[in-house]
Amino acid sequence: MTCDELRSRLEPYVDSELPADELARFETHLRGCASCSAGALSVLQMKLKTRAAGSRYTPAPDFRLRMEQSIRPTRRPAWLTGWFTGNTPKFATAAAFAALLLVATLIWTIRTERDHAFTELADMHVATLASANPVDVVSTDRHTVKPWFAGKLPFTFNLPELQNSEFALDGGRVTYFEHNSGAQLLFTLRKHSLSVFIFREQSGISSVFPVTSTFTKLAFHVETWSEGGLRYVVISDAPASDVHSLSVLLKNAAH
Amino acid sequence: MAETNSDSGSFEELVMPLFARLYNFAHWLTQDRSEAEDLVQETCMKALKGFDSFRQGTNFRAWIYRILRNTFLTSRTGLKAAMLSLDDDENNSTEPVAGTTPESILLASVDQQAIQKSLERLSVPFREVILLCDVEEMSYQEISETLAIPIGTVMSRLSRARRAMRSSLNDAGLHGVSRGISQ
Repeated sequence: MTCDELRSRLEPYVDSELPADELARFETHLRGCASCSAGALSVLQMKLKTRAAGSRYTPAPDFRLRMEQSIRPTRRPAWLTGWFTGNTPKFATAAAFAALLLVATLIWTIRTERDHAFTELADMHVATLASANPVDVVSTDRHTVKPWFAGKLPFTFNLPELQNSEFALDGGRVTYFEHNSGAQLLFTLRKHSLSVFIFREQSGISSVFPVTSTFTKLAFHVETWSEGGLRYVVISDAPASDVHSLSVLLKNAAH
Repeated sequence: MAETNSDSGSFEELVMPLFARLYNFAHWLTQDRSEAEDLVQETCMKALKGFDSFRQGTNFRAWIYRILRNTFLTSRTGLKAAMLSLDDDENNSTEPVAGTTPESILLASVDQQAIQKSLERLSVPFREVILLCDVEEMSYQEISETLAIPIGTVMSRLSRARRAMRSSLNDAGLHGVSRGISQ
């Protein structure tokens, strides 16, 4: 590399833009040429002075603050950020929200209908107890009570043998739930009364209760299940264990 | 040299580390604090609006400096500066830089204020290429992307800008020296 060649490439040298092979030849020449070394140093000094002189203006703190505030994105809650990242396709996010909304709506609707059904059955149970004639067929004999419903209901059912149990059958009556006829049987356990409601599965009451469930609401214990196309609901202020015992008797009788 | 070709992150994360440098560059272009603030603000808003079009993994610094420069060139001050700019008849030839001469020795002794005055006197195309290279420490490739000109043009413009600056400093220095001798 000659001195002229080197001087034509001084600027790319100080700008760190020389290719590696040229840089090696360049520096080899510089080590042996005092004139070119002084020239390179001069250009480099000028560049460094320009850098220092050019870093002259600084933004005012309030301007920086204003800008930070104006470009800062609206923060999303961490759990939402975790679930829906910026890479999530918009339609997928929308679909997820729609599905979530649908599920929430369904849960709310079912709970509302279940509360409504429970309230209606509890009212019927309480109304029966408050009535001067709580049952239409008054008998402790299951062979009297069951035939009484024949012709009154579009289905039939079995009643348990209670001879060796603490439960006593008081009788029964026809009742209605959402325009569907069903049976209400009244049992007694010590001083507690227990109502057993039996409806057809298609009556609508099944859709609001799980296939089998037990729950307590307003101090009433409830156990419900489906058996042979019929929906059974036992409701009472008796202990839950007693409600369950009667349920077991009814289930066994249905088999 | 700062690594800027693998940029990724939010707009705020990318722009705020460059904020002071952007402002400095804007102030050099506009020569006015208020106009510089307006220019930076408009640049950031444009960049934020168009951030979706920025390809992650490419050079964010070159991208936003280009927005700033284009915004400046369409402003009233920028249009006026463009009218006064030197005829930028580009060619890729670069005149060799002088070696050790009385002028270069004089340049080595100039102070910061003289360099600042010299930068102010440069036309906008020369001033911006020197600022991007020497102050912002951009590579020729980044300057090429920022100014939307070929690398060869970057080199020739940079060389001419530096020559103009040396000439300006020499004039000021020699005048100063001559004034000093005459006193």
